[in-house]
Amino acid sequence: MSLLALSPLRLLASMPGNIAQGIIWGIMAVGVYMTFRLLNFADLTVDGSFTTGGAMAVMGIAVWHWPAWFALLAAFLVGMLTGFVTGILHTALGIPEILAGILTQIALYSINLRIMGGKANQVVSVDKYHLIITMRNIPLAILVGGIICFVIICIMYWFFGTELGSSIRATGCNQHMAMAQGINVSDMKVLTLALSNGLVAMAGGLLSQYQGFADINMGRGSIVIGLAAVIIGETLGEAIFGKKLNFMGHLIFVAIGGIIYYIVIGFVLWLKMPANDLKLFTAIVVAIFLAVPYLRAKSQNSYAKAAKKGAM
Amino acid sequence: MADARMLELNNIKKTFNKGTINEKPALAGVTLKLDPGDFCTIIGGNGAGKSTTLNAIAGVWPVDEGSIIVDGQNITGLPEYRRAELLGRVFQDPMTGTAATMQIEENLALAARRGNRRGLGWGITREEREIYREQLKSLELGLEDRMTQKVGLLSGGQRQALTLLMATLKKPKLLLLDEHTAALDPKTAEKVLNLTNEIVARDSLTALMVTHNMNDAIRMGNRLIMMNEGKIIWDVSGEEKKHLQVSDLLDKFSEVSHGQFANDRMMLT
Repeated sequence: MSLLALSPLRLLASMPGNIAQGIIWGIMAVGVYMTFRLLNFADLTVDGSFTTGGAMAVMGIAVWHWPAWFALLAAFLVGMLTGFVTGILHTALGIPEILAGILTQIALYSINLRIMGGKANQVVSVDKYHLIITMRNIPLAILVGGIICFVIICIMYWFFGTELGSSIRATGCNQHMAMAQGINVSDMKVLTLALSNGLVAMAGGLLSQYQGFADINMGRGSIVIGLAAVIIGETLGEAIFGKKLNFMGHLIFVAIGGIIYYIVIGFVLWLKMPANDLKLFTAIVVAIFLAVPYLRAKSQNSYAKAAKKGAM
Repeated sequence: MADARMLELNNIKKTFNKGTINEKPALAGVTLKLDPGDFCTIIGGNGAGKSTTLNAIAGVWPVDEGSIIVDGQNITGLPEYRRAELLGRVFQDPMTGTAATMQIEENLALAARRGNRRGLGWGITREEREIYREQLKSLELGLEDRMTQKVGLLSGGQRQALTLLMATLKKPKLLLLDEHTAALDPKTAEKVLNLTNEIVARDSLTALMVTHNMNDAIRMGNRLIMMNEGKIIWDVSGEEKKHLQVSDLLDKFSEVSHGQFANDRMMLT
């Protein structure tokens, strides 16, 4: 197979769809940013809560006949509940953060199946129901997704500037300091985990509407995609704006990171990489991006370098 | 009857790792009463219980026995974050007292709300910024022009000065200083100590200061206590404290530590 066999037109044609999906994952990534960067908590609940949100939205609309906006709200609230559970496992029961997230995630697998009436996937047809976002109309999906994403970013920008939001950031930065200032760090962790997973579940609810179905495995690996978006977005934002990148800029670039991720995925698929290898590819990309800052710091401060200088 | 004391420690005891091979009695019945405006320094060797006493007051863990009363309020049963309202704290490690990834003004705003319920009001307001600018100016470190910079960019001394300002921004009932100059170079330590004296005097604060430096212990404050093996073994105040010499402390110390003193990291400067 030669590269000439690849049609640039097909790549171009797939772009709008990738952008629309990327925006949805960007919303998810903004949720991950909350825990991963602001709270300094690697929360693995999201692989489960993303599916929970997707399941709630599809079942809410197609089976329980809720309006789509209400189903999305329900996805958000149930998502908050999942983050709350992880928070309690960690703060009240002393379970390490990674394990607390994994426990909730694995429990959610069963719960998600229950939500979906025991089936591994459930369909919601855009022909029968009024959906907020659908791949049937991609330009509109990009517009609606973009607006929702922007509103969420604005709300987050406001929230993390409030007294409560500042307390969360202090907790994530330095727990001793936070406690000495009278901040209940356990409450802050639980609250942030709840809000983060609420957003993640909402993104799941949007994706299931966009693709017209919810699947028990739709959230698998979403933490890695979320991290990929956070890291890609921040790296890009800092490359362009340097230290001037403020909090709003960070949030916007994290969402853009989600879009870039899906454009790259689209590109890789266009190169005819087997779809089954995508997760491997994603993991490698995230590992590289996580390792680069560490290796760069190390190379500036290495024993080998010291030996070379010392030998002179 | 109204209690005039600002701090009352009534026979507090704490043993770490109880029932294990590492069992270590850290506080063996500490009783201490401070009047409003008392500035008390604490000296003693390693493991004497100086920092442990401060941690007991701050509520880092619950004590095994005894009671802790601050300004008439029994706080023995309150967790650390709920005692914060009454206490200002500066730690030995300059990294501990501030949030490095947050701005100088944000750190101050967090400290200004110590003990308040934190809701959805703005984390910092314009009027506050002006107040903080004035306060920072009084430190004479030029921080008033760097208010939106991250605290992580500051030196250890600057961070301790900022932490001190944060601890006293909202007047605490009791200021706890846990070897807050031990990690600083002598010149910076001197500056931070002078600043401590200024602030304590200006706001007539009640303070407890742990130190390894005997000179500092003698010249700072109006009262000095020496601890050994989890107990207060000497309590000097008033005129007696004013005439105290380093040699007096050394004598007292070698008397109680049975000659192990030479091994200690207590500074003789």
